[in-house]
Amino acid sequence: MALERSDVEKIAHLARLGLDEADIPRTTETLNSILGLVDRMQAVDTDGIEPLAHPLEATQRLRADVVGESNRRDAYQAIAPAVAEGLYLVPKVIE
Amino acid sequence: MHSLTLAEIGRALAAKQFSAEELTRHLLDRIARLDPQLNAFISVTEELALGQAQAADARRAAGENGALLGAPIGHKDLFCTQGVLTSCGSKILGNFAAPYDATVVTKLASAGSVTLGKLNMDEFAMGSANESSHYGPVKNPWDASRVPGGSSGGSAAAVAARLLPAATGTDTGGSIRQPAAFTNLTGIKPTYGRVSRWGMIAYASSLDQGGPLARTAEDCALMLGAMAGFDAKDSTSVDQPLDDYLAALGQPLAGLRIGLPVEYFSAGLDARIADAVLACVEELKKLGATVKDISLPNMQHAIPAYYVIAPAEASSNLSRFDGVRFGYRCENPADLTDLYKRSRAEGFGAEVKRRIMVGTYALSAGYYDAYYLKAQKIRRLIKNDFVKAFEEVDLILGPTTPSAAWKLGENSNDPVAEYLQDIYTITANLAGIPGLSMPAGFVDGLPVGVQLLAPYFQEGRLLNVAHQYQQVSDWHKATPAGF
Amino acid sequence: MQWETVIGLEIHAQLATQSKIFSASPTTFGAEPNTQASLVDLGMPGVLPVLNEEAVRMACKFGLAIDAEIGARNVFARKNYFYPDLPKGYQISQMELPIVGKGFLDITLEDGTLKRVGITRAHLEEDAGKSLHEDFHGMSGIDLNRAGTPLLEIVSEPDIRSPKEAVAYAKAIHALVRYLGICDGNMAEGSLRCDCNVSVRPKGQAEFGTRAEIKNVNSFRFIEKAINHEVQRQIELIEDGGKVVQETRLYDPNKDQTRSMRSKEEANDYRYFPDPDLLPVVIEPSFLAAVRATLPELPTQKRERFQAAFGLSVYDASVLSASRELADYFEQVQQVSGDAKLAANWVMGELSSLLNKDGLEIEQSPVSAEQLGGMILRIKDNTISGKIAKMVFEALAAGEGATADEVIEKKGLKQVTDSGAIEKMLDEVLAANAEQVEQYRASDEAKRGKMFGFFVGQAMKASKGKANPGQVNELLKKKLEG
Repeated sequence: MALERSDVEKIAHLARLGLDEADIPRTTETLNSILGLVDRMQAVDTDGIEPLAHPLEATQRLRADVVGESNRRDAYQAIAPAVAEGLYLVPKVIE
Repeated sequence: MHSLTLAEIGRALAAKQFSAEELTRHLLDRIARLDPQLNAFISVTEELALGQAQAADARRAAGENGALLGAPIGHKDLFCTQGVLTSCGSKILGNFAAPYDATVVTKLASAGSVTLGKLNMDEFAMGSANESSHYGPVKNPWDASRVPGGSSGGSAAAVAARLLPAATGTDTGGSIRQPAAFTNLTGIKPTYGRVSRWGMIAYASSLDQGGPLARTAEDCALMLGAMAGFDAKDSTSVDQPLDDYLAALGQPLAGLRIGLPVEYFSAGLDARIADAVLACVEELKKLGATVKDISLPNMQHAIPAYYVIAPAEASSNLSRFDGVRFGYRCENPADLTDLYKRSRAEGFGAEVKRRIMVGTYALSAGYYDAYYLKAQKIRRLIKNDFVKAFEEVDLILGPTTPSAAWKLGENSNDPVAEYLQDIYTITANLAGIPGLSMPAGFVDGLPVGVQLLAPYFQEGRLLNVAHQYQQVSDWHKATPAGF
Repeated sequence: MQWETVIGLEIHAQLATQSKIFSASPTTFGAEPNTQASLVDLGMPGVLPVLNEEAVRMACKFGLAIDAEIGARNVFARKNYFYPDLPKGYQISQMELPIVGKGFLDITLEDGTLKRVGITRAHLEEDAGKSLHEDFHGMSGIDLNRAGTPLLEIVSEPDIRSPKEAVAYAKAIHALVRYLGICDGNMAEGSLRCDCNVSVRPKGQAEFGTRAEIKNVNSFRFIEKAINHEVQRQIELIEDGGKVVQETRLYDPNKDQTRSMRSKEEANDYRYFPDPDLLPVVIEPSFLAAVRATLPELPTQKRERFQAAFGLSVYDASVLSASRELADYFEQVQQVSGDAKLAANWVMGELSSLLNKDGLEIEQSPVSAEQLGGMILRIKDNTISGKIAKMVFEALAAGEGATADEVIEKKGLKQVTDSGAIEKMLDEVLAANAEQVEQYRASDEAKRGKMFGFFVGQAMKASKGKANPGQVNELLKKKLEG
């Protein structure tokens, strides 16, 4: 299933990656060659095989419900691109 | 001083042959002089290093004697270091002074090590050549026209060039072992969950593992002993006692059963590398090991499965780089979508964008089963191969890479060609088992690595076998000309 | 055409943990922006989530309370989308293997009948932050204090058939989570939020119509109004030959209408996959048994007990068990007075209108359960009439006495039951209204009935309400007939 230009545009939008018009053909071609490699998987018989999400198949440890953080807003916001009155600023959000 | 191993440095500092500060100044000077040829460092942390060195000297003077007290090291630039640029090799974190320390950084610092700098790497650890770094490619000290391997290429080059005795790295598909092989170092990727991932900027969370690169197995044991251990801040960290890796180095190899996977020695492997690997096997036999052929039949499926799982996880892990709370933000965004799209398009390099797109596609509606789920099933097949193999053998041995270091730019236009180079290392990440690469000779003046794989939590066994081999071989002592 | 409404609710309950679901930040409401946002909550590079045990325990409590299967092995997944209040670019949620499976809740409708509403599932997830749209230099401001607060998303089956049923169900969930102590239920602070899935279909049709989802309806009243509006909109649309599109809508309480949320209409491809930073959560039987041991008596159990033990109607029992505090109050009044029916009438009647009038919660009631119970005792022993009791109640509410007895004593409200005294008073009343007495005696049975009330009124007035009404009736009848 080779990707077409419109697929690439859709994926780029989902991933919020701006695409340069001029790069789209090459990007499409490269992605298709990677997917060609990946598609070799389809020949493997995996009937009855359980997917493996984690190598050790351990289980989740739970944390006690204890507050252990204090306010470090100034330090965290010192590295932020745009803040005012303690808020992170972004272009107007329209709902 | 710069040619000493970490272990030798520890002994010299204990014997007061020189101070940590003297050693630090010496290495800082070497870095200033030699690194421009290599581009191994993204940041040199002179002030931090001198402070830590002086503190280490003071601790020694007060009677402390830790093996790493005053030991100079560097961190791959994806380990968060508080107040110090942590770029991940990316423009998008080009202004990111991390607001906290990674657990690995904290642990090594409390052992008394001295951080000389942050090391270059493939952007977000995506690459096998260290050519995808926003901060320029790293050159291989053995041949400046060649790549040092990746993604921990800066770590490898700096240690190989004797700018540092040891460095941290991370390994998601071979990113410690392959650069170790390309630069004549020893590097170990521990069992998944053995080293905390807290503060280690994620590429593929279920595959990433931190580990050391050094010149000897003994130094790796020293480093890993300080880096590894349970961390409550990482849900995937394993709560299991840590082996004494130094103590593990004294075991004789008599009776050790080594398996050679037939799939590792098939077409695609440079015959001269095969010879070097087999010569190493002969030496291990002399030390008492027995050898048999084994099969890892699903190995060939590892690359396709990896290039689904890793990009899928990466596509999600890298969504937080959105220009809102930290990192690069584009100029004058027109609206919210523009802020996201341009910050990310301008901040990420080509390879990162490619993998984000592959991963986004693999997880998207209608493709999840065919890609992600399928890859995870193959992942189990690969794990099962190892479980079965380790019923018969104690250790698996083969080449780390199919070829020696390639020329800069050779694969940079063909990502698939570069992906295929990961064939021998990737399976250990998918299965989560520990793997080590050690020097085993040269082809055309370029280092060759042998890879050892062991069952879960048998890092001690890997380090011991490499150490025993390094007692009867000199490959690891070879130094690149000019360094 | 006759239309049938089909409704399913998704209720997000903020769990009342001390710290967040994946970080050790506090969850207190109303802090200065971003002062409760830690490295993990901010989605800083390199950070990792660790699951809060209490959130798991609370989810299990809820599951047990709705008779649901608890997922012995449940998994957290990432829901991927970009939004400024979502720091990581994904929300950690549960998709395929939620912690709480299929269960149900019985709700009481207004006519007193019971209805069983299926609960499809309930899963744990993290809350997002907040976007503040006031103008900050032409931009929106993001506060991530709320990011990472644990949520239990409770998804109902499309079993609900009217806006009133939807409200009854939402109230029942509200009561349940408060009984369990897993959510403070404060809707004004967003502790309980509701998304309504609404569709219509011709009566008798088996297939569901296309549904629209109304997001974030944050009061019971708005649930009813928003659904009402949406049902009308859909019916009108279809009857005009249009088609309902599946979409997300927002209810605007000021205009009482819903509108399409365009921002959510973009291809919703959330790319769920198991979160590789978290491992499967395994709930051991011993853990579950320990949780079960801490369950309080639940609303349904309480309602059934009120019906069985006190002979209350389903409706009364449901109202009185709707909140733990109200039920406790009622039970105390019942205990003191020994009369469940009177206790129920007073709690649901005078007390409840008093609280409504002043906008008070039962915990803030100016009349304590002890006081009310003591007063009912005096009704029962004929010390006061029901009418006088209202005066006593008002006096207690106004703080004019510590007990009903004190008020009765102070104000001299004790009922007159001496028939001699009553007769004397009646004679005076009849004498003063001789003309009406003549008319009465000349009238037929039907007319007399009406006029009788007049004499009772005059008599009670003359006694300042203190005469025993039963005796007044009886004696008055005799005298008029006489």
